[in-house]
Amino acid sequence: MKQYFTRKLFIYLLTFFIAVTIDWLIPRFMPGNPVQVLLARASLHAEAAKEMYSYYTKAFGLDLPLWKQYLNFWIAIFHGDLGTSILLFPQPVIKIIIRAVPYDIFLLLPSILLSWFAGNKFGAFAARTKWLDNTVLPIGYILTATPYMWLAILLGWVLAMVFPIFPLAYASSPAMKLSFSWIFIGDYLWHWILPFSSLFLVMFGGWAIGMRNMIIYELEADYSHYLEALGAPRKLVRRYAFRNAILPQVTGLALQLGIIMAGALVTEVVFSYPGIGYLILGAIQNQDFFLIQGCFLFIIIEVLIANFLIDVLYIIIDPRIRIGMGGKSA
Amino acid sequence: MTKPKKRINEILYFALKNKRLRVGLIVVLFFLILAFVGPLLTHYQWDAYVGPAYHPPSYEYWFGTTTFGQDVFTQFILGLKASFLVGIIGGGIGTLIGVLVGFTAGYHGGMIDEFLNMLTNIVIVIPTLAILLIISVYLKVRGVLIESIFIGFTAWPWAARAIRAQTFSLRSRDFVDLARISGIKPLKIMFTEIAPNMMSYLLMTFILQFGGAILIAATLDFIGLGPTNAISLGLMMNLAVLWGALPLGMWWWFVPPGAAIAAIVGALYLTNVGLDEVFNPKLRKL
Amino acid sequence: MSLKVKNLKVYYQTLRGDVKALDGATFTIEDGEIMGLAGESGCGKSTLSNSLILLKPPMRFVEGRVELDNEELPIWDMEKMNHFRFKKISTIPQYAMNAMNPIRKIGKMVSEILKSKKVDYKSTLPELKRRLDLVELSHDVLNMYPIELSGGMKQRMVMVLSTLMNPSLLMADEITSALDVSTQKAVAKMLVEFRNRELVKKLMVITHDISILYQIADSIMIMYAGKLAEKAPTSVIINSPRHPYTKLLISSLPDIGVKYSQRKLTGIPGKPPLLLDPPTGCRFRERCPVAFQKCLNEEPPFMEIKKGHFIACWKEFEKNA
Ligand SMILES: Nc1ncnc2c1ncn2[C@@H]1O[C@H](COP(=O)(O)OP(=O)(O)O)[C@@H](O)[C@H]1O
Ligand code: SF4
Ligand SMILES: [Mg+2]
Repeated sequence: MKQYFTRKLFIYLLTFFIAVTIDWLIPRFMPGNPVQVLLARASLHAEAAKEMYSYYTKAFGLDLPLWKQYLNFWIAIFHGDLGTSILLFPQPVIKIIIRAVPYDIFLLLPSILLSWFAGNKFGAFAARTKWLDNTVLPIGYILTATPYMWLAILLGWVLAMVFPIFPLAYASSPAMKLSFSWIFIGDYLWHWILPFSSLFLVMFGGWAIGMRNMIIYELEADYSHYLEALGAPRKLVRRYAFRNAILPQVTGLALQLGIIMAGALVTEVVFSYPGIGYLILGAIQNQDFFLIQGCFLFIIIEVLIANFLIDVLYIIIDPRIRIGMGGKSA
Repeated sequence: MTKPKKRINEILYFALKNKRLRVGLIVVLFFLILAFVGPLLTHYQWDAYVGPAYHPPSYEYWFGTTTFGQDVFTQFILGLKASFLVGIIGGGIGTLIGVLVGFTAGYHGGMIDEFLNMLTNIVIVIPTLAILLIISVYLKVRGVLIESIFIGFTAWPWAARAIRAQTFSLRSRDFVDLARISGIKPLKIMFTEIAPNMMSYLLMTFILQFGGAILIAATLDFIGLGPTNAISLGLMMNLAVLWGALPLGMWWWFVPPGAAIAAIVGALYLTNVGLDEVFNPKLRKL
Repeated sequence: MSLKVKNLKVYYQTLRGDVKALDGATFTIEDGEIMGLAGESGCGKSTLSNSLILLKPPMRFVEGRVELDNEELPIWDMEKMNHFRFKKISTIPQYAMNAMNPIRKIGKMVSEILKSKKVDYKSTLPELKRRLDLVELSHDVLNMYPIELSGGMKQRMVMVLSTLMNPSLLMADEITSALDVSTQKAVAKMLVEFRNRELVKKLMVITHDISILYQIADSIMIMYAGKLAEKAPTSVIINSPRHPYTKLLISSLPDIGVKYSQRKLTGIPGKPPLLLDPPTGCRFRERCPVAFQKCLNEEPPFMEIKKGHFIACWKEFEKNA
């Protein structure tokens, strides 16, 4: 187990290192100089622009040798300094991101966890129940094949335009001030429900199908047949199969995180929901490289933390890793 | 060992009997034919302003027109074609890399496996969309081909994992041992001994990569990072949202592209379950 | 008391028709008897033993009657059979190595199984430990996961679990084939020990390695292509077999009873017929050196030609007549 952890930790550190390096490259690799982009937006006199240019080049540290820039970047990261946004000049990137992150967490965490639990339960239930398998699971297939944004668009169209029950955009009414009052929470939830539902539904379909396919294999596994031969009741056979089938679903959760993040991004775009995804789109359209850089860094950190939590969970539920034997297969 | 011919006959037999497989294939084929015959049914350019704006579906404009009077059906057909291209190329590349990495890791084991496994894990954890994002911003002019290649190069890890596990279990079988003892080169063993025994598995992996590539492409296109010189189903949805199709209630603009993607990818998944049942006798139900 | 099987037919349903894997079996196992069941791979041995305890699709019950200790077994009814499984009839399956849930501690698994069968774990525990001693397993295994055990240990654990309720009939399917020679011997001896202590009343031991049976079985039954060929006391089968197939089998074994034989039952030229569409007459006729006209059209019945000696062969019937 210790070896398993050391190995995982090493991979995470390496991943973080590589990802941050790629991240560092963003503004330097991008076509056009970020400072020029910034100045072009400010449309200054040529004289003033020149002065500003050298000022910002210094400020962003772009006049230093590359290795120093790179080192400075690492130092800055550990100080929580991600530069200044161009889109929302002169706000620091870190501030913009920290404002957006809670929206992401409250949207993603419930939709991922609830869809995972509900999908697994439902998939296990549907497996080998003939009419469910033949009628309801095709819906699961269609859901998991649905592009996230399309379901979001459909839900928005039907439930916000045709039947105007829910709002089509934003995380709260524009007039509403952020506060911990019941009115605000109600308003927030009211805006939350559509993006949540579209994320939930697409993921739900995927988990349900994954579980259904897994459990059918497990019900045909040797240990299942032995239980049956010993006359164990159906309930016990299914419970054992479910416990075994859930393991690859946990791994699957880790594998899916990237796709889920992308799904959240486009969902936020459809509903103008002010999370990191929506921020990224704005940053791309405005060539705000420092903001892109910051958002990317945060996504990496989020995904790494989530992966780590999933690893811990896996160790808890799979004894084979705990007793130090199955480490490789995970 | 049954004779290969007999086995193929048997597989064909079960394949034709399998309802999931039949339905899946029919849907995919329907859209495939539509994508390649469709261009004959339209005489418009996808971006030309050919008719009245905000026009719902009619005899003249089958799927209606956009806010600017472009023909939605034309966009749809061309987008469909782009989706299939991305699926085949992106899915193909993803499968190929996955197979190579998975085979090599599973066959050699040891340090090579360790290294490739680490590589796979890293690519899994780094949000691929973020990388695609950067590359897409960097490349000002992008076509469907470039997009497919990017997708293929980032979507392979899970295929590599699955194939590595399969290779591991096949590696220890008698016939592989026999080949190894008789001094045949690893690469040759892979293609002559292991691959044929995994054909069904490879096919299913490709199908899943195919569907996955279409979905990723739609996502990229939707945030405006897709091809810059062509229409696609994702871009249609992007334009629809951008130009107020939702508040204007222009459902004919945003419903067809998403529905087609869901139908194609869903049918691919269904085909896959069907194939699984055909190849794996344990799952066959009567 | 005894196990009485009468004209049992169990087919596999496939889309191309029924595979007649067990096509009319009639035999008896008496209390205290260890019956060996042998025959080439694919002749229906597992089908026979599985059908007695877990007959489920794609298996199909066609006809026949099974009586265990004067009570009919409803083998065609998955639910009703639960009443008999484990307590009256039990099995050590061919896949014993993988028979235990990999993510449950063994003791926990046993307790959950017992609980589901309404048996109190606590009061059974002392007996369980005695049985572990009997098969020379440490009590610690109850606190381990299956992967912590070696193949032989897993097998013995399954043996203990399967026989915990002192079933009247125990079936052991190829339990020695995956083991090395010394472990094979030990496992075989344990089966005898279980019988001697009356932990199980009668046994059906399946193998395609007759030399194992020579050491432990009281009687041997030979199957060929879904049919019974011969059944007789062990010494009779070994020393004076009557059925041509048995004769070939025995003569193809090099030094019977001396050593573990690597040679499986394959030393006979030709191949058994496909069971999807078996030929008429005697199923062995294509490989039989003494086949004659009658074997082509009529199926030989499985008949007792001497006390306790059954065969199905026209040639032998003629000799006997
Ligand atoms: N699930 C199945 N479907 C169809 N035929 C089967 C199935 N299982 C076994 N058979 C066939 O039944 C026959 C007997 O099999 P089995 O009882 O497993 O043989 P044995 O245990 O003697 O090796 C074989 O010819 C085999 O091909
Ligand atoms: S019945 Fe005929 S074919 Fe069958 S074993 Fe006897 S002699 Fe041979
Ligand atoms: Mg068998």
